[in-house]
Amino acid sequence: MARKPVPGTQAGLVVGELEEFDDSTRAHASLGTGQVREMPKRPFNFGRWFRATGWRHIVGVLMLLFSLFPIVFVVSSSLNPNGTLTGSNALFSKIGLDSYVRILTDPQVPFTTWLGNTLMIAGITALLTVFLGALAAYSFSRMRFTGRRFGLIGIVVVQMFPQLLAVVAIFLLMSAIGDLFPAIGLNTHIGLIMVYLGGALGVNTYLMYGFFNTIPVSIDEAAKIDGAGHARIFFTIVLRLVAPILAVVALLSFIASVNEFVVASVLLIDTEKQTLAVGLTKLVSNPRYADWSAFSAGAVIAALPVVALFLFLQKYIVGGLTAGAVK
Amino acid sequence: MSTTIDDPATAGEPNTGATGGTPPTRRQRQAAGIADAASVGVKVLLVKLLGLGIVDALAIFGIIILVGAEQWLVAAIVAIVAIAVNWIYFSRRKLPAKYLTPGVIFLVIFQVFVLVYTGYIAFTNYGTGHNGSKEQAVSSLMASSLERVEDSPSYPVTVVDRGGELGLLVTDPEGDALVGTAEQPLEPVSAEFDGDKAVAADGWTTLDFAQVLARTDEITELAVPYSSDPNDGAIRTPDASSAYLYVSTLEYDETAGTMTDLETGTVYSDIGTGAFTAEDGTELLPGWQIVIGFDNFVRAVTDERLAGPLVYVTLWTFAFALISVASTFFLGLFLAIVFNDARMRGRKFYRVLIILPYAIPSFLSALVWAGMMNESFGFINQVLFGGASIPWLTDPWLAKVSVLVVNLWLGFPYMFLVCMGALQSIPEELQEAATVDGAKPWAIFRLIKLPLLLVSVAPLLIASFAFNFNNFNVIYMLTDGGPRDSNAPIPVGFTDILISMVYKVAFTGQTRDYGLASAYSILIFLIVAVISIIAFRRTKSLEELN
Repeated sequence: MARKPVPGTQAGLVVGELEEFDDSTRAHASLGTGQVREMPKRPFNFGRWFRATGWRHIVGVLMLLFSLFPIVFVVSSSLNPNGTLTGSNALFSKIGLDSYVRILTDPQVPFTTWLGNTLMIAGITALLTVFLGALAAYSFSRMRFTGRRFGLIGIVVVQMFPQLLAVVAIFLLMSAIGDLFPAIGLNTHIGLIMVYLGGALGVNTYLMYGFFNTIPVSIDEAAKIDGAGHARIFFTIVLRLVAPILAVVALLSFIASVNEFVVASVLLIDTEKQTLAVGLTKLVSNPRYADWSAFSAGAVIAALPVVALFLFLQKYIVGGLTAGAVK
Repeated sequence: MSTTIDDPATAGEPNTGATGGTPPTRRQRQAAGIADAASVGVKVLLVKLLGLGIVDALAIFGIIILVGAEQWLVAAIVAIVAIAVNWIYFSRRKLPAKYLTPGVIFLVIFQVFVLVYTGYIAFTNYGTGHNGSKEQAVSSLMASSLERVEDSPSYPVTVVDRGGELGLLVTDPEGDALVGTAEQPLEPVSAEFDGDKAVAADGWTTLDFAQVLARTDEITELAVPYSSDPNDGAIRTPDASSAYLYVSTLEYDETAGTMTDLETGTVYSDIGTGAFTAEDGTELLPGWQIVIGFDNFVRAVTDERLAGPLVYVTLWTFAFALISVASTFFLGLFLAIVFNDARMRGRKFYRVLIILPYAIPSFLSALVWAGMMNESFGFINQVLFGGASIPWLTDPWLAKVSVLVVNLWLGFPYMFLVCMGALQSIPEELQEAATVDGAKPWAIFRLIKLPLLLVSVAPLLIASFAFNFNNFNVIYMLTDGGPRDSNAPIPVGFTDILISMVYKVAFTGQTRDYGLASAYSILIFLIVAVISIIAFRRTKSLEELN
């Protein structure tokens, strides 16, 4: 659901992580006092345990079943060597990597090209989004100028109208550009990245702006007294202090681009140029394509980098926030 | 985080230009400028010059091409922007602009301009059959009704190519060589002759036999206008070696603005609807693009076959967004409460596994769910329901339920994380104080914790609503909006939300109706705008911007 950056998504995450951190220390503390008060010599009572925490485990296990069963299903069918959709229903009945080989080598399905396209487009978009957003956030946070308030409100307003609403106009604009400049128009990766960058100054800037404000201005001032100019302060000092939020924004922008279907499907016409979202969707919606196992293998391969990045950066965010130079 | 912006003033005055309480004196400003300039290294300066050089080179290249294509307005805009960029980056002042310009340029073109352009398209008849200008429509009509002139001479031709564009090199009865393409009428060219037949021309590559065979379809389709007057007809070749003059069965009278069918004598005239129309109302297509005012909007709400789908799609969009937000929020909140007990073991383990659906790209999850919900082969029917054939995705009502369940699966981990954070930020003292006063746990939750929690998550719920309102992926990947409503003239289905309807009207099916699709987009704009205004009024967050 809330995969697209929405205001506070990330802050929610960040806050959640932080609180979790605090909570675990607090939990230990309260456990300590609890032990003193009630632990000694009380026999284990199942009813009491169940009322206190046991039922929570039942809820937890039920939720695990709900949230994991599609994942287990797709992993199982990806390991099924020659499975149709029906053949994938007996979970883990056969184990083999044949479907992975098929999806990676099938000449009809340029899966590796799609994967490469997706990683490149999403990666470049993420990097440039962070860069453009950080530049803007820095000026909003550190400078006072006419139009600043208007600019901040403008960013809030613009983010209410996602680009996919204007997909028709984007398509017509890009085909007009493509008539004159084929290198950046319709059916090019550069064109798609440019369109995505149109959304760079949206919620991301807002998020970074909030974080920039938490960095004390005295750090800038100290650097200034030492003779650093504004560009130097920005690139060598501020950007390093805000690294955690840059990571969060890069991650969210990356995920959003990987997931983006509407604009990519309209702008990228050749099969060889498409992204995973477009290619895989068209592949599965083709009724003649019956190799469900190969699709599952592709889905696992495609999801792995994103999941890995997500879990990896989650820790980084917590670490960066708690051990940052701000403290 | 709420949408409130905290002023950094709490941490100290904003530094740049020392615009704190008192404005800087002239000497201060000068000193700041000198210090700034002195701190710029040679490397930075080189990078800046290099960057600006690239930008300028691209701008000049663009302007040359735009002027060549006679796009004067666009060329002027590119020139002005390029000059402005140079001015901003060479100026000592304009510091904020230096940081804002790159992002703002993309924002203006690909976010603001396209929104405005959508508004314009909504007032045109742009779409299949109305794609280009009137001149393009005329030449395309003439070209599509070509018939060979009886007893016309045969012209020897050679098929030539320039940069992928096919052309015909024609030798006319006088022995002169002429060349032309589908766009470019025949014009004299200096050519090499083999006997009486021109076989090669300067600037063109002659296709050999194998290439001709490979592009047979393209070549037989090719019609080269005989002159710039479309009534003169065109040269076509059925066999890539000899060509004949074809003349259109339509005659175009530019002054009267009419098309006459020479065979039937029917006169089609331009009556301002964007197509040549006969008196009995039949239209010659393709037509051309014109501004038609509010016609698309009127059609969307008054045409019975369109108004019905629009009403149920809009209602379902609201229902989908509201139920999605409510279901994910309550499940997330419930789980946060369940796991927010320090006595429980393995909370981290549960938490990481439960948020996994959030980490997987949603288009993949939706496609996998679509497979599992397949009526005849899917895992849910075959295994969980023991071979039943429940039409999860093909029954109008059940498909709605399925979409909501899948969206719950996709969305609850996010709400879980948010509620977890919000719950833990509520001070313990409140609970202790209430307990001392004799409040029951449920009362503590309902009267103390829930209101506090809602304050901090309300902006997120609004944002989540706005997101789900346009949640294209889950609808499109899961059901493709289906099951299809066979009564509607547009490819719309019972689980379509507004944004997927826009996509289908514009880009799928036999006819693409960009005008109608844009009109629907405008409708979404208005709904989203009204909702955000109300929401922001209520949360007062805009007032807190500084």
